[in-house]
Amino acid sequence: MPDTQFILITGRSTKQGKSVHLGKEAQEYRDEVSTLQMNLKDIEALGLQDGVQARVKSNYGSIVVTLKKTDIPQGIVFIPYGELSNALIGPDTQATGMPDSKGITVEVERHG
Amino acid sequence: MAENVAVKEPAVKEPYVMTGVVCPYCGVTCDDLEVRVENGKITEVKNACVLGKDTFLHHLEGLSTPRLYGKPATVDECIDAASEILAKAKYPLIYGLDSTELGAQRKSIELAELIGANIDHTSSVCHAPSYQAVMTVGIPTCTSGETKNRADLVIFWGCNPAEAHPRHATRYSVTVKGMFTPKGKKDRMVIQVDVRPTPTTRIADAFIQMKPNSDYEVISALRALVKGHELQQAEVGGIPVDELKALVEKMKSAKFGIVYWGMGLTQTRGKYMNLVALLKLAQDLNQFTKFSCAAMRGHGNVVGMAQVLTWQTGFPFHVNMSRGYPRFNPGEFSVVDMLARKEVDAALVIAGDAIGNFPGSLAEHLKSIPLIAIDPKESDTTRVADIVIPSAQGAIAAGGMAYRMDHIPLMFKKVVDSPYPSDREILERIIAKIKAIKSRGNGAPAPVGKG
Repeated sequence: MPDTQFILITGRSTKQGKSVHLGKEAQEYRDEVSTLQMNLKDIEALGLQDGVQARVKSNYGSIVVTLKKTDIPQGIVFIPYGELSNALIGPDTQATGMPDSKGITVEVERHG
Repeated sequence: MAENVAVKEPAVKEPYVMTGVVCPYCGVTCDDLEVRVENGKITEVKNACVLGKDTFLHHLEGLSTPRLYGKPATVDECIDAASEILAKAKYPLIYGLDSTELGAQRKSIELAELIGANIDHTSSVCHAPSYQAVMTVGIPTCTSGETKNRADLVIFWGCNPAEAHPRHATRYSVTVKGMFTPKGKKDRMVIQVDVRPTPTTRIADAFIQMKPNSDYEVISALRALVKGHELQQAEVGGIPVDELKALVEKMKSAKFGIVYWGMGLTQTRGKYMNLVALLKLAQDLNQFTKFSCAAMRGHGNVVGMAQVLTWQTGFPFHVNMSRGYPRFNPGEFSVVDMLARKEVDAALVIAGDAIGNFPGSLAEHLKSIPLIAIDPKESDTTRVADIVIPSAQGAIAAGGMAYRMDHIPLMFKKVVDSPYPSDREILERIIAKIKAIKSRGNGAPAPVGKG
């Protein structure tokens, strides 16, 4: 896999679950669902830094996120799910009814 | 009318405390909350986790307002307009339904039958693959209480209860003391299997890390080992075979084991086949010891809709009523596929946020058809809906039955008043209105299905 490609996992986080009660327009919620967790070694390999903005692209869409270093394994990135992360998810369910919301390949690159 | 009630002073001004309040946030559906209400506002919540606490404390924030095509309207006007749309639609969709109570869920099925709708709910994009697997191979399962009292081995596979179900560990699965687990955590081995460490790793005794999208392989390898086969490979899905062997020994030697699984299995490659493998693994282990498994469900009454739909139509989700009788088919009548094929010509989204949770491209179709949202709070769906009908929030301003994640029924309490009708009342009024439209005012019975 090229160095700019990662496996994306979307899912819940406590902050997302907590801030959603303030409303989906609330800054705290918006900040959480636009934060991409990434291993620091991966961030540095892309020539980026913790806390900067980056673009994430899949076959279905492209979003801008803020990078956050965590102890996530190299090669995997995580984002709390929401309208933003769903832009990256395709509608194909392979006739199961369930789209691929975890484990999809994305590209992460510098934004701006 | 409801709007006038909105500015009315709360009926009870004296502060009061309600005990035994049932929380609607996650599938643990805790039933021991204490909620203090002052002047119609919840001011204190005891016993809840951070997620449940905020569900109650922020109940008045981000509330939706009645709107008709972006303009303020009355609830009556919105209900009339919604009924007209649904009565005319040729292939409507009813979706959402998991963040409400059983009475509203029943009414939604009645409405679906009346207008020949497709009906699906938020399980469609969370644990539907789990149910599909249960339909295929069955499930050895137990209540959360049995886990608390008996389980000496608890495995969390592709789930993160420390963040998504914060009290599961203290109520049922990790630190809680039970009848045959009197020392709590000391009497249990807790193992987490996942593709990344999460806050759940900190409450587990061991963490087994696998490569993404390899659950089916790993579970199949475990099944082979349980049956006494040797594996030729050194590792499966990034896990050394010796580690898998050690896990199998722990499973076989446990007195009572349970695997809890989450969306790490349902939303990744393999989908329901991952669960077919896991359920078969649990069945295999019953040759050696008592072994159960259970899904970690996301909402307080997410199980309820599948229960009601199954008892009324025979199917738990993806149900089509267009012929006047229920038909079920994942891929055909599942909400994501129907929207991807742009088949539905009107949608009623109730107690769920379709736009916020579906793949992005589906939002475009939802925005292009008449879209009705019934929701106590503003959401990504209400922001773009043609008709927004606010409702009294289930479990906070509207009571009713709910099913906990282990299928135990509990009663949601009404804690505060709302100026708006409940989901159930709104659906009842829409049903009555559509019946009137269909009988064209002549009192004739409404036709079945599309008629």
